Formats: sequence, structure tokens, C-alpha cells
Amino acid sequence: MTTEVKAKPRDSSVRLSPEAMTTVTALVLEEARLLDEARYEDWLALYADDAYYWAPHRPEQTDPLNEISIFYDDRMLMEARVRRLTDGTGHAVSPPIATVRVVSGTTLESTADGGKEAVVRSKFVMLEHRLSEQRVYGATARHCLRRSGGGWRIAWKRVDLVNAEGVLDTISVPF
Amino acid sequence: MNRPLTHRPTPDLAALIQPDRVHRSVYTDPDIFELELERLFGRAWLFVGHESQVAKPGDFYATRLGRQPVLMVRGRDGNVRVLHNRCTHRGAMVCAAETGNAKHFQCGYHGWTFGTDGALIGVPRQEGYDERFEKERGSLGLRPVARQAIYRGFVFASLAADGPALEEWLGDITTSFDDMVDRAPGGEIEVAGGIFKHTYDGNWKLYIENVNDLMHPAFVHASSIDTAAKQRMDAPTDGAGEIAVRQMTQNGVLTKIWDNVGVWAYDGGHSYMGDYHDDERLLAASDDPVFVEYRDALEAAQGAKRTREILSVARFNTIVYPNLTFMSSFRQLRVILPVAPDKTEVHIYSFRLKGAPEAMFQDTVRFANAINSPASQILTDDLEIYRRIRDGLQSEGTEWLHLGRGEGHDVDDERGGRHGDHGTSEIHIRNQFKAWLDYMRPATNASAEAAE
Repeated sequence: MTTEVKAKPRDSSVRLSPEAMTTVTALVLEEARLLDEARYEDWLALYADDAYYWAPHRPEQTDPLNEISIFYDDRMLMEARVRRLTDGTGHAVSPPIATVRVVSGTTLESTADGGKEAVVRSKFVMLEHRLSEQRVYGATARHCLRRSGGGWRIAWKRVDLVNAEGVLDTISVPF
Repeated sequence: MNRPLTHRPTPDLAALIQPDRVHRSVYTDPDIFELELERLFGRAWLFVGHESQVAKPGDFYATRLGRQPVLMVRGRDGNVRVLHNRCTHRGAMVCAAETGNAKHFQCGYHGWTFGTDGALIGVPRQEGYDERFEKERGSLGLRPVARQAIYRGFVFASLAADGPALEEWLGDITTSFDDMVDRAPGGEIEVAGGIFKHTYDGNWKLYIENVNDLMHPAFVHASSIDTAAKQRMDAPTDGAGEIAVRQMTQNGVLTKIWDNVGVWAYDGGHSYMGDYHDDERLLAASDDPVFVEYRDALEAAQGAKRTREILSVARFNTIVYPNLTFMSSFRQLRVILPVAPDKTEVHIYSFRLKGAPEAMFQDTVRFANAINSPASQILTDDLEIYRRIRDGLQSEGTEWLHLGRGEGHDVDDERGGRHGDHGTSEIHIRNQFKAWLDYMRPATNASAEAAE
């Protein structure tokens, strides 16, 4: 599944209409808002059934199967993670983590299937607060969005943290 | 080694370790932390890396022993050396990269250049020195660590000139390294897939006390056990979710199973726990198709009888005191690096069994992500407990941490170790503190002079 999605030929000559680009940009912002509001089940609903959520452990990484990842969640693991974040019993996730994500510079990177799929790139900064500590994360995100019915769903998301290769603190919520 | 530590008198360390309790200052006192680095980390054998990380001449891996930066490098002569990563001129680290291949190491400060064997091979504008420097030059190479040794590809170093040889020091715990390597159909293992690095807010000892603590999963991991129990197993997965959910589920085995799993403790603070897995996707002795293919490869190399012996070894975590722990049958290895009394860094390696199916290594990566990523739903709950211990131990309401589970009921085993009469005994922690006290004794005058 994963390799097939990634191997799909990308065509940068097909552009999205201004309306489609507006919709896609709004979806990326909506995802950040749902995560900030800890609406994890609504967040998960943005993702296609065969989606994956990936935060590689190094920027050049192309393979999530033979190399470790900070996150490499398929649908099953995303569901489990959402359940744990929602029921709030995990030591590392209670009291809940407060976050604010600032997303900027969403641009179209490529399309596939004649514009039925689009990869958009954005930058974001996330402030996280829990108990007495505040942390800052910065990353480049790529969303692969797929037309589905009248709207779009996330086919995959890749988050490249600026400190992916560094010594990381506990990470308790998706970026 | 014999530097003055503090204007305060050295604490009476023996008074801090009782048969069934340990004083909180052992986890919080900065002076004790400094003494640990000097005496415990300064005397024990410490894991540096694995030979496969420096497969070719010139390959290097930069890491730390305690807080001291070292380079593991394979010289042009093919030998692996562990060298202090410190220019003998003005003290800068000569190598800032973590890995790579080098013809030589040139210090970025004044250009002193060292061969891959550590020898000083270049000093720019040497005419700035007089003839005395030429005599001194031979002693200005990168300093090797006091001792180094390799057991089945695992490279260790000691900062102390004296002490038992590595194999003697490891004792019966060599069998856990054997378990890890013997499982490779090709007879070798290699570090692969990347190294996780994370910190936690707590003392370094909490980590190695926790890994063989068989009472903790039901409480620390209750959340991930519960979330896994509720997971629909027909949800789409490419293996990532399946391995993670199955492992989270396994942590929920009943206490009576943990009691049968047990922990075996050996001299020097080392220990291992039995294995508790019965999930066929996780257990290397099952009839899962990937494991069948693997077992066929192992049988082709080792024969059916030897393969049965190899796969019958049931160990989960092994602890090599003070700061190495690994999962011989799950191909994970963790190095615990003290940073401060309340700050610790952990490096986690994954291993590939040469000659095993590719799919098996992919399961290793899935397992690593599930249990050892800084975003793991399992690990992060352990780390949060360490943080709460850091904060809780600020309380002076109670001076002691209790280690009495199973105390007085240890049973000798036939290989010279001890085993709790219940699997959930805290025997391994008491065993670690026995070794701790032994390491923490002051140097005798004779040995202090020898070290200087």
C-alpha cells in the first residue's frame, strides 16, 4: 500500500484551480485547528482509510519500512493513538497537552491522477504546553490530498521536524 | 580521575543502600552523580557500539562514554579502536560528525591532523615549535581509551587501566549476547535502520531499574494495554499498527504470567528477564509465515537440532550494568547516558539478522517504532513516571525508596546467579545496588597512583 502510493507518478504540469487550492489550503488549516482543539476523532476523519501519518527520523528518509520513524502510523495505529489521546488515561497524555500550531506558506508541490491527488507543502511551528513546561517544534509538512466525493481527504501526511535527528523529548501528540 | 569533587565531605555511601531500601539522595544528589561518573562509569566496561557500524577502514562512529566523547573508528589496518574524541592540542573534539568515513581527522581549531589509528600525522607550521616538540610528538596522538575489548561484535571500552577482562566481567550474561547473534542465519548481526535518541527528566538508574520490573507494565502501561484491547483488528494496516497493537496487548498479560517469567540476577549488577510473549506475530518460534521462512534459513545454516536450541532461549530484556540493556530476541539495544542527576539521554539501536528474510527486519523496525520511538505510546508512559519520580523525590517526607519485593527470598540458580522466588521480585534492583556500592568504593592509594 505504502510503496504504491509513494511510487505514483507525480505530474507538476497539472495545476489545481484557484478554488481547489483554496479548499486544500483550508483543509491543512482545519487539520491544525482540530489538533489544537484536541478533537482527535474529527482529525482522524480527515484521513482516508488507507492513509498513513509519517514523521521520519531523518530528512532524506524515503523508506518507512526498513528505517525507523518517529511516527509511522497506518489507520490501525492512528485509531489506537486517537483512542489513547481521547480517553486521557495515559500518564504521558494526562493532564492533556495544550498546543497551538501556526501553519504558513501552503504551496502546491505536485499532482497525480490528472489533479485527483495533490501534494501540498507547508511550514508550521507548534507550541506545546504541559504541566510546567513549554516546548517548540518546527517542521515542513507535506499533505497528499485525494479528491473524495465532493471534497478532499488526506491520503498521507509527512512531517519533517527540523530536529528529527536530534535528541528528542517525549512526543505525545501528532504534529 | 582523582579530581577534587566538592568542598563537601563525601557522603557515607554504604549508609544509603540498605538490603530493602535506597536513600533518595542516590537519585538526586549532584555530588553522588559526579562520583558515579568518576567511579562507576570510570571503572565499568561501557558499551561503545557495534563493529558493523564501522564496517570499512576509515568508518567512524562518535559517541560518549558517560559524558566523555569518544570515536569508534576502523583504522586503515582494519582494527577497530576506541579513541578519545579530543584534540591533544587545545582540547576541541576532532570529529564533530556522528558517523562517516574519514581518511584522517583534522582538528578545526589549528589543523592538527590524526590518522584513523589516532597517530598525530600533521601539525601545521611546525617550525613554530622547538626541537623538544619532535620528542613529544609521538605521545600526542588521540588517546586510546584505557582498555577496549569486543565480544561477538559488541565493542566495549573501560576508562580504567585495571579491572577484570570483558568476558570475565560479563560472566554468564555473555549468553544473552550469544542469544542475539546466534539467531542470525548468516552468523552475524548488524546495526541497521537508524538510531533513536531521546531524553527524559530523571536519574539514569530509573531506566535500568524499570526494564526488568515486571510489576510495572500493568500500571504504567494500562493506557496502551486498554487502547489495544479496544482496537478493531480489521482496521487497515500495513503491519505498523498490527505489530504495535499486538505488543501493547502483550504488556497486559496477567501478574501470574509475569511471576512465571522471572528475572535472573548475576554478579556485577547484570540481569535478564524471561520472555512473556505468546503472540505468534511477535514470537520468533511461531508458525507465522515470516518466521517459518526465517526458521528454514536458520535450519539450513545450523541444522534442525541447533535451530531448536537457539529458538528455545526465551529472554526479553537483558541488563548489562551500568547502562546497557538489550532485547536479544527482539533485536533492540538501548544505551543509557547520564547527563545530570535529573536528566538522561537514551540511544536505541536496531539490529538486522544477516541471512534472515527482509520482512523480519521490517517487523523489527515496526517493533522499534512501537516501543522505542520518542512518540511511542508505551515508552512515553515510562518516561512520564521517571519525571514524576524526579519531582516526588524532592519530598523530604520519606527519605527512602522501597526495594523489598521478594527480599530475603532469592534462590540460587545453577549458573551462579540468583532468581527471585516470585518473578516480580525486585531482585534485579537490589542486585544493581550491590554492584553500585562495590564500584563506588574509594580508590585505594595504590590503585589511585596507578591510575595517575
